[in-house]
Amino acid sequence: MAGQFLQRLMSLSLTLLAATIVIFVVLNIVPGDPATFMMGLNADPQALAQLRQELGLDLPAWQRYLEWLGGLATGDLGTSYTYRVPVVELIGERLSVSLPLTLMATALSLLVALPAGIVAAARRGKLTDAAIVGATQLGVAVPNFWFALILVFVFATTLHWFSAGGFPGWDEGVGPALQALVLPAIALALPQAAILTRVTRSALIETLGEDFIRTARAKGLSESQTLRRHAMRNALIPVLTILGLQFTFLLAGGIIVENVFYLPGLGRLVLQAITQRDLIVVQGVVIVLVAAAIAVTFLVEIAYMLADPRIRTGRT
Amino acid sequence: MTTQAARRRSNLTPGFCVGVVLTALIALLAGVSFLWTPYDPTLILIESRLLPPSSAHWFGTDHFGRDVFSMILQGARNSIAVALIAVGIGLLIGIPLGLWAAARRGWVDEIVMRSNDLVFAFPALLLAILITAVAGPSAVNAILAIGIFNVPVFARLARGGALSLWTRDFVLAARVAGKGSFAISREHILPNIANVLIVQGTIQFALGILAEAALSYVGLGTQPPSPSWGRMLAESQTFFALAPWLALFPGMAIVATVLGLNLLGDGLRDLLDPKTRVER
Amino acid sequence: MSLLNVQALSLTIGATQVLKSVSFDVAPGEILGIVGESGSGKSMTLLSTMRLTPRGAHASGAIRLDGEDLLAKSEGEMCTIRGQRIGMIFQEPMTALNPVQTIGHQVAEMFTLHRGLSAREAVQTAAQHLAQIGLTPDRVPIDRYPHQLSGGQRQRVVIAMATALSPKLVLADEPTTALDVTTQAGILDLLKALAQRNGAGLIFVTHDLAVVASLADRIAIMKQGEIVEEGPAPAIFRTMQHPYSKALRAAATLSPHTRVPKNANVTPILEAVDVGVSYQSSSWKQFGRASHTRAVDGISFKLVPGEVVGIVGESGSGKSTLARALLGIGPVTHGSVQIGGDDFATARGTKLRAIRQRIQVVFQDPYGSLNPRLRVEALIAEPLHLLDRRPSAKERRQRVETILARVGLTASDADKFPHEFSGGQRQRIAIARALILEPKIVVLDEAVSALDVSVRAQIIDLLRDLSERLGIAYLFITHDLSVVRALADRVLVMHNGRVVEEGPVAQVLAKPQHAYTQQLVAASPDLETALAERERTGVSA
Repeated sequence: MAGQFLQRLMSLSLTLLAATIVIFVVLNIVPGDPATFMMGLNADPQALAQLRQELGLDLPAWQRYLEWLGGLATGDLGTSYTYRVPVVELIGERLSVSLPLTLMATALSLLVALPAGIVAAARRGKLTDAAIVGATQLGVAVPNFWFALILVFVFATTLHWFSAGGFPGWDEGVGPALQALVLPAIALALPQAAILTRVTRSALIETLGEDFIRTARAKGLSESQTLRRHAMRNALIPVLTILGLQFTFLLAGGIIVENVFYLPGLGRLVLQAITQRDLIVVQGVVIVLVAAAIAVTFLVEIAYMLADPRIRTGRT
Repeated sequence: MTTQAARRRSNLTPGFCVGVVLTALIALLAGVSFLWTPYDPTLILIESRLLPPSSAHWFGTDHFGRDVFSMILQGARNSIAVALIAVGIGLLIGIPLGLWAAARRGWVDEIVMRSNDLVFAFPALLLAILITAVAGPSAVNAILAIGIFNVPVFARLARGGALSLWTRDFVLAARVAGKGSFAISREHILPNIANVLIVQGTIQFALGILAEAALSYVGLGTQPPSPSWGRMLAESQTFFALAPWLALFPGMAIVATVLGLNLLGDGLRDLLDPKTRVER
Repeated sequence: MSLLNVQALSLTIGATQVLKSVSFDVAPGEILGIVGESGSGKSMTLLSTMRLTPRGAHASGAIRLDGEDLLAKSEGEMCTIRGQRIGMIFQEPMTALNPVQTIGHQVAEMFTLHRGLSAREAVQTAAQHLAQIGLTPDRVPIDRYPHQLSGGQRQRVVIAMATALSPKLVLADEPTTALDVTTQAGILDLLKALAQRNGAGLIFVTHDLAVVASLADRIAIMKQGEIVEEGPAPAIFRTMQHPYSKALRAAATLSPHTRVPKNANVTPILEAVDVGVSYQSSSWKQFGRASHTRAVDGISFKLVPGEVVGIVGESGSGKSTLARALLGIGPVTHGSVQIGGDDFATARGTKLRAIRQRIQVVFQDPYGSLNPRLRVEALIAEPLHLLDRRPSAKERRQRVETILARVGLTASDADKFPHEFSGGQRQRIAIARALILEPKIVVLDEAVSALDVSVRAQIIDLLRDLSERLGIAYLFITHDLSVVRALADRVLVMHNGRVVEEGPVAQVLAKPQHAYTQQLVAASPDLETALAERERTGVSA
């Protein structure tokens, strides 16, 4: 197991390294000269030269890459061109909004999806199942930013239960800050909950068709006992996989919903940086999100090992 | 066989029928928009701005006085084109890659799978945003961005299906008959994974519609004056309290399209996959 | 009073009638064997008794256990009956156990569920029970997971669960079909001993007449949802009336192969010299720790034109790996295989195609060996690919029709898809594909194992006939000694990748020399031997 563990860790580190190369190439080499890209084609040649020197662009590409990589290793993502503050600080500040938002959305979607998926699987083929499946079809089809607009219209513009957007910051107290995140979290969670419900349902139904479920029934377990004691844990792996994918999707997918609610999160940061051509910020946000995605993948794989002894002890 | 035919017919669930009708309807509307729209969707008439839905303007008008229904018709065309080409990119590159990886195994497989991991490590939307940010916002770049993410989806699916088929006896028999891996992939593997790929194709198509809408919403997709559902939603936000229909209709168009495609995909899966057919 | 009384049991699933008025009795301590081919309704009879039939099934009639009608019981009442009063054993030990729970936990569940024991007491009791079944803690600790056990051990765990509470009735659904012959013998002995010890009734469902011949007190023969004949064993074998039972019995005793042995001095068509196949289970991921697994080790033999050689071995003996190496679709890491004087390893292009034309194959599973999406014509014509001059469409059709006639199918079958045929017909299609190039050798990899007994006899007749008429040499790879006896001139016995014994079939089967062959021959169920044994010892109902 330790060998498997190390092997995956190494493989994922290599993926991360490859990702840094891709990001660097895409953002620094493909668009031509970043300084020209930043200042526009009609820029003053002298200012351009100065900017190039300032950004270290007079160095060869491989040297710039190694410097960036070295910085990454020590937690230095460079300094924002427009804000003139370290990128790490900017990202940290924005994560304090995006991370709680993602966690809230994940928790919400789990809270809805697990019971709904289990109920649908237990009553498969019945009316309850059909209703839940129908609801998930609709949930998957609704774009989260449109759902966000509707939430704003109903709960902020019309009912005035929540504010339509903005974020008071954590300094004003946890209450108001959390309240500002409620609608965005619901908007983010809805499509995810729908997907997770479907996965839970189909994983459970598939497991319920296995031979060992018949064995369990032959032992004298009732249908609900069989579902609880024998089907759940076996159906866990696909659910975990999707949950892992969703977490990173939400972290990045917040980009759009944060925009609807004017939340100062990572998504807003990256979109603003793109329009302001602040490429070093874009580069930093992207690598942080990719690293997060890889870390979550790794956590999910560890969870697999805990859930399934066949992976834990190796197949014989 | 008659019993099989009967079983097939009984599998035409209401969901599948709704999916077929919705998809056909959207495709028809998109097709009609080439020949005719009630108004010119780019025609700006400030005096008739923000009109609520009426018999003259079925879905009302926007802040420039453009006819929303006409814009939605043409937006359908754009959304479908972007998503369709993006799925095409995924199919055309992903399937051969997956088949190749499964047929050759070894280092080919390793490289294909690791590249897939790499693409998957970028959250989908982020990758699209990154590409459009660097290459400039345009419909073509949106297609590329969505298409690139489709490649590993199909590569993985094709490889998985192909790997299990390569151990099947009929493939071994073909090898004994002297068939090479290219011929086997084409004659024996591809036809047997086609169903799964078709089903996934409709799902990726639906995801493509959603992704195009999201990119257009943040201004990185289809560019003005060409109408797009996502950008219509973005523009509607300012006039939300005044003219809620501006947000309502494009959103419903997206939901209808995605819902139709997903229902179609699910129905096809039930219809084509004998495994799920039995349990129902 | 009988323990179980089934009265006019009928079962429909959807619009299909699965059981038609099935009636039988089982007395305490009695073993009832239900024999039938796939689809005869024998498994559904057991599932009906457990009230575990698939969704959409409807049963009528009566199933009385100690006089109580099970069909009238509520689902809650059935939950107290299942496991406590009726235990059930399934066919597939690989999938019948929950993969994420330890075996101890799964057996212990019987005691926590029905006896209300605490988790700790239950695990202790389970450990004792498992030890009685032959899984002692020193060899198989109770904290093992199912995937860490062999097939036979897993089946013992399933039996342990089914008998944990000493139920009065045990239902066994093909409990040994998925197991190797030598493992099967152990499980049969165990079931017999358990039934005798507890005085429980046992219903043993199987497709193999020979398996129940030595075991059952009564035998019922099922066909298409009906019991066509029933009676005490072994007397029933003498008095069988129904044509189907007679056919089944005839098919179970394949007539031995008698023909003049081929002259061994002719130039061999296939010559294997010291063939070895080893897999290197290492990659860059495991940091260079290489380990070799020898699947096939030092095998040498010759095959002369027209000869039939059987290669016998259990799963894991390396016989399928050897088959692939001989067919040129698997690696040969040591030694050489010469086919008509040429070696796959060095041949390329035209030469390689020429070798491939000499050796073709028929696989075990007629469902898996034909691509479901191709028509029969395209399937059978596939090896024509090996010809240097591809035949025209008309010529191709003609060759396909000729070969279809030869294997007993009609010309119009060429336009159908595989799913339109029965298992036996499909195997005929696979044979036609192997024969279309008129090869010198056909490798038959368990080619009759997946077929029902009556169909099996027909396919063996066809193979015999083709060999006589066309002078083809067969390499018959199987686990089933009775098939070897019926078809082969010589036999090679494989064990752990090596040939442990070799010689003429009659001699090897009558006087096995190697310990493993002796064990294999003794464990193989054989109807005549079983009946003779029972006559001798006088054990009968």
